[in-house]
Amino acid sequence: MKPLERLTIAKGPPTILFMIAIIDYRAGNLTSVRLACESLGLEAMITSDPNVIRSAERVIFPGVGAAGAAMGHLEELGLVETIRMAVDSGLPFLGICLGTQIILGHSEEDGGVDTIGLINGNVRLFRPGDPLIKVPQIGWNSVAQKRPHPIFEGIEDESEFYFVHSYHPDPTDPACILGETGYAGVTFASVMGRENLVATQFHPEKSGRVGLKLLRNFAKWDPPSPSRLRRASGGRTT
Amino acid sequence: MLTKRIIPCLDIHDKKVTKGVKFKNNVVLGDPVEMAARYYDDGCDELVFYDITASAEGRPIDIEMVTEVAHAIRIPFAVGGGISTLEDMSRVLLAGAEKVSVNSLAVKNPDIIAQGSRAFGAQCIVLGMDPLAVDDPERCPSGYEITTRGFRERTGMDALEWARRAVDLGVGEIVVNSVDADGTRAGFQIPLTKLIAENVPVPVVASGGAGNAQHLVDVFEQAHADAAIIAGMIHTGDTTIPAIKAELVTAGIPIRQHW
Repeated sequence: MKPLERLTIAKGPPTILFMIAIIDYRAGNLTSVRLACESLGLEAMITSDPNVIRSAERVIFPGVGAAGAAMGHLEELGLVETIRMAVDSGLPFLGICLGTQIILGHSEEDGGVDTIGLINGNVRLFRPGDPLIKVPQIGWNSVAQKRPHPIFEGIEDESEFYFVHSYHPDPTDPACILGETGYAGVTFASVMGRENLVATQFHPEKSGRVGLKLLRNFAKWDPPSPSRLRRASGGRTT
Repeated sequence: MLTKRIIPCLDIHDKKVTKGVKFKNNVVLGDPVEMAARYYDDGCDELVFYDITASAEGRPIDIEMVTEVAHAIRIPFAVGGGISTLEDMSRVLLAGAEKVSVNSLAVKNPDIIAQGSRAFGAQCIVLGMDPLAVDDPERCPSGYEITTRGFRERTGMDALEWARRAVDLGVGEIVVNSVDADGTRAGFQIPLTKLIAENVPVPVVASGGAGNAQHLVDVFEQAHADAAIIAGMIHTGDTTIPAIKAELVTAGIPIRQHW
């Protein structure tokens, strides 16, 4: 076992209970996310408790399944506001797969669903012209790094990651696109980010050592965020 | 570009990896967790484990092994054999497997596909099928008949019809394991793989007959397989995954190169 990785914890309330909160909103199996964190020596807890999420040092928002049901679960569990607050407060926040899609504002899935809207844009269905191009996309596809970002540190450009999805992100502002991937005739944003938020369409937890590298980068990441700076200096966010 | 997946298959018998020809004369090859870790290090893209006697012995799958594998590797793996209920699927997935594979039990009870797909998502449910080439256009117009229980039973079901029905029921992927090619290491059954791959909207995994890298080139180029299962050719040490990948790259096949 690798030694437990301890990171600097911001002083003052709220008390840090767990280093990483993995948000559970009944959208798929989170075992592999937890195992990947554990294999890096990172303390992680699968939770749907808003208090635990707010008091974690960083948040992973994973998920597989359909956008409509996922939004329903998030609302039932009272987590939409928790997620907004976590991101606004400056917590390093990582979306994965469905988690990434519902960070955008709207999804074509389930006849059209309004989603959380932390990044402006849509989620669109792959519509390949060629019947031999299968939907969902399942397997390893390469990510072209469009902008340098701490999440990519030590990861070679065009490295492959594991994808399983029928819909893809289509953000409005190209400035948030960190990485791009081609499939079914489109080049889509496979990694997006702004301030303390980063989101991948692929599954870093299932992407071998390259994926682990990305997760480790996330666990070390100290993102710039005005509200986080305020908190760290003892100021209050309202 | 989406790469073609290379998937080592580990047949498990009494907690050991074994290899036979057409499910017969199985010899012990090693420990499943150690072999999984080695192939993971070598850059395999996914793994599949079949508990080959669970179904015949009427016992559930070895969850302890699934758990150990899930701790050892960080790539997707599928588990099949002895999965007959939603509860079985749930245990395997919660232990850390990415997918469950159903075969004989889905033929007997096709509704398990629909139930699993609704509960866990289509991407978790793989249909394994063992088609046999037959000359019986009345019953099997595609030219292939589904067999079950390790090729021991013929079902009278047409392979293509079953593949389409399974997709309608909600499988996310189909492993087409040719009974005729299985264990021969003489190449995949190209016409069979192509027939299924061209006629279903989900990814198709070719299985049975892999003996060298050229066989993989052929099945990717000619049969449009999305992935290919290999077993004997690497289990025996005749070749390695990096060597196979290097040949595929030279042949112009898109392959994962960073691991």
